[in-house]
Amino acid sequence: MNCSELVELVTDYLEGSMPAEQRARFDEHVSGCDGCTTYLEQFRITIRLTGMLSEEQVEPATRETLLGVFRDWRASA
Amino acid sequence: MSDTPSGAATEQDLALVRALRAGDETAFMMLVERYQPAMLRIASMYVSTRAVAEDVVQDAWVGVLKGLDGFEGRSSLRTWIFRILVNTAKTRGQREARSVPFSSVWAAEPDVEPSVDPDRFLSLGHPGSPGRWAEPPVGWASTPEELLLSKETLAEVSRAIDALPPNQREVITMRDVLGWTSADVRNALDISETNQRVLLHRARAKVRRALEGYLGSGRERTS
Repeated sequence: MNCSELVELVTDYLEGSMPAEQRARFDEHVSGCDGCTTYLEQFRITIRLTGMLSEEQVEPATRETLLGVFRDWRASA
Repeated sequence: MSDTPSGAATEQDLALVRALRAGDETAFMMLVERYQPAMLRIASMYVSTRAVAEDVVQDAWVGVLKGLDGFEGRSSLRTWIFRILVNTAKTRGQREARSVPFSSVWAAEPDVEPSVDPDRFLSLGHPGSPGRWAEPPVGWASTPEELLLSKETLAEVSRAIDALPPNQREVITMRDVLGWTSADVRNALDISETNQRVLLHRARAKVRRALEGYLGSGRERTS
């Protein structure tokens, strides 16, 4: 496994969807390669930053509208 | 019964559904608080404007309420709600398709681009170390935490996701923004495990590349 192959396998690695033998070769490569260690770390940071995007609230007007939707449905049911 | 590895409805889901059928407003508003933001984010991927997306989500809620009697608990309540949402959004997106250019590239997408620019590796014909980094990434450890976690950096992540092909955007939004499991995403989008993983990888690789461009490859800082 060389570096250009490894970068295509990072998600498989992080998902735990690699055969054990391939995983061992991945680990072995990373432990001896600063570039791939950094790449793997950047991938993890990227995932963490992406996870910081979802901090949204429901707007009060939307809440009101949807409550109306529910009451209409209940009245017609 | 509460442990449902197959992704079926939990006791809590079934209790919620019973409360909704009984007309319990509080139960409904709890669901709204829990899922509305994610639903809006997902609906926005299929239609042209935020206003239409809000409309789609409202239609999806109506669909959820009308479908309650048919909810059999074979999937979790969340999976079921998001399936209704995705279907509603796709239908509306297709109706809009004539005026929304990007929809035409939805299906056909020969995405074989590599995760990293091939020029950054030694060629495969290199005598000593074929495929080894010629220009390795420079770690972000020296990037101040304030910059790394700043609003501007997150805006860059958001822009990178917006620029992705729609199917990659769907998967990364569900997995990494909303924190769903791969099973959740497969169920919501009806795609295979492998397909999900490939799309997720492409998407993450592009967001990483965008961040590398934004934060600087580090060369300026170190030399």
